[in-house]
Amino acid sequence: MTQSPLVRVDRISKHFGEGEARVDALRDVSLDVQARQVVALLGPSGSGKTTLLNVIGCILDPSSGSMDLVGERVIENGRWLRTNLRSLRLEKIGFIFQFHNLIPFLDAIDNVSLVLELAGATSAEAQARASELLDYLDVGHRSHSMPAKLSGGEAQRVAIARALANRPRIILADEPTAALDSKRAQIVMDLLRKVAVDQDAAIIAVTHDEKIFDRFDQIYHLRDGRLET
Amino acid sequence: MNLAYRDIRHNLFRFILTCLGLGLLLGVVLAMIGIYRGLVVDALTIARAPAVDLWVVEANTRGPFAEASRIPGDLREAIARIAGVSSAGSITYQTVETDYRNDKLRLYVIGYELTRPGGPPDIWQGRAIAKTHYEMVADRSSGLVLGDRIRLGRSMFTVVGVTRDQVNSGGDPAVYISLADAQKLQFDLAPSASRIAAARGAAGASRDTVNAIAARLQPNASADAVAATIHRWKHLSAMTQEAQELILTRSLVDRARRQIGLFTSLLLIVSAVIIALIIYTMTMEKLKQIATLKLIGAPDRAIIGMIVQQALALGLIGFAIGANLILLIKDYFPRRVVLEPDNVLILGLIVIVVCLLSSGLGVRAALKVDPATALGG
Repeated sequence: MTQSPLVRVDRISKHFGEGEARVDALRDVSLDVQARQVVALLGPSGSGKTTLLNVIGCILDPSSGSMDLVGERVIENGRWLRTNLRSLRLEKIGFIFQFHNLIPFLDAIDNVSLVLELAGATSAEAQARASELLDYLDVGHRSHSMPAKLSGGEAQRVAIARALANRPRIILADEPTAALDSKRAQIVMDLLRKVAVDQDAAIIAVTHDEKIFDRFDQIYHLRDGRLET
Repeated sequence: MNLAYRDIRHNLFRFILTCLGLGLLLGVVLAMIGIYRGLVVDALTIARAPAVDLWVVEANTRGPFAEASRIPGDLREAIARIAGVSSAGSITYQTVETDYRNDKLRLYVIGYELTRPGGPPDIWQGRAIAKTHYEMVADRSSGLVLGDRIRLGRSMFTVVGVTRDQVNSGGDPAVYISLADAQKLQFDLAPSASRIAAARGAAGASRDTVNAIAARLQPNASADAVAATIHRWKHLSAMTQEAQELILTRSLVDRARRQIGLFTSLLLIVSAVIIALIIYTMTMEKLKQIATLKLIGAPDRAIIGMIVQQALALGLIGFAIGANLILLIKDYFPRRVVLEPDNVLILGLIVIVVCLLSSGLGVRAALKVDPATALGG
């Protein structure tokens, strides 16, 4: 029996503006991403990859199309079927950012446990899970360091731990290696692959970083809002 | 996890500095409120000191504080015999400058009859005047202490008692002397001027004039009825204590009171604008973090809670610093600063309201942040 994809994007379109000023950022984009798959979205600036990531991340309303996340239909004919998109994100999606975006006034462990507390975990439960994740990502020794004291690689590992905190099945990464040197970029990609396997998750990354292309299971090219495999 | 507390702790030095600055500003607001209240209290102090019900002054004047009034001293006997009056005392008021410790000392001299209404309300140190001549009770704000000897006119006076907070509406410290000494001080001329007056045949003029007669009434007597009786004497006016206080606050210190009131209002508006700016700036600096919080699923209440809690912490800590500062230094102000608990409480409530309104601006900005801004550089 074929397993249903964790992310199913079906003929999603998105345009900005109307009439002469209309810009079609996405045109009938369809893609499936299975569990344990690590896929890349490539394309020149303005090709629509960030728009697609924002739609999959439940941040941006599409103009038309449908989308399923972890087996649940969340967009039908361009309309959200859930009203609280923030709880949808908290429940199903983890985000990894280009510049880690850790909260600067929280130490590493609290950056991770914050997500768990937002989802309803007690402080003790959140701290235990956060500690476990930081150890898993080899940054347990920096648990009580503030983000400003972490190296780029360490900060990105903490950001990955935060993305994994609520055990999301979908992880969206926006240029996850852009701020890292070649060696650290490879380490982060290895980690993401490990996460995809261990957590049974789908990982979708927007990237321009050619040195990590070989680490993806599939690469999608976006050009003028259209998807090319 | 309390995000507001964590953010404050992370930027503690800056937060404390901001609170300190705000505290100084709110301290100035409190000081102005205290000066405003002090002005009113000072204006009423001398009028309230004899604890009387009725003031009898020269006809068609609003004396003895707002206008000059001069009436014969022996009228006191006639006033005391009016039905409803329990006791009456003649009083003089005059401002005198004298030398004290190599400096000029400005005093508000009150002359009163030792056994009648008009004397100091209570003695803080020493005793009341016991001799009819050359003894004085001085307010401590004058700097005079027990045993000091000071020249007023052509006589030397010894300080036998000290009062507290007895100043006139201009802030000059009050000193009490006997009526006889006060009349002598009021009418004694310098020797050369006295010789000229004698040559003009004015030497025999009576010096038994006073500025007012203060009367206490029997418990069941009507002040208005007694005042109406006195009004029938064409050369006298009478006003109740209430009317006298109204004259003092509405007329004597009105401009100063309104000036300080207006300045206090302006300071409050400036404080509100500054609080709003600080809180708005604090929020704007965190927009990227707020976008990240939204993206990872933080509900609006977590973000609003962080901004509102920080705003309240800033306002309340700043207010506490300001209030404590003014309570510590208010006695060193040259004029009285009166801070009643209700003044402090009302300003505290205003600060809370301003903080809540100001945080509304920050909250509005935070709620408008697109979580997508957390993505990308």
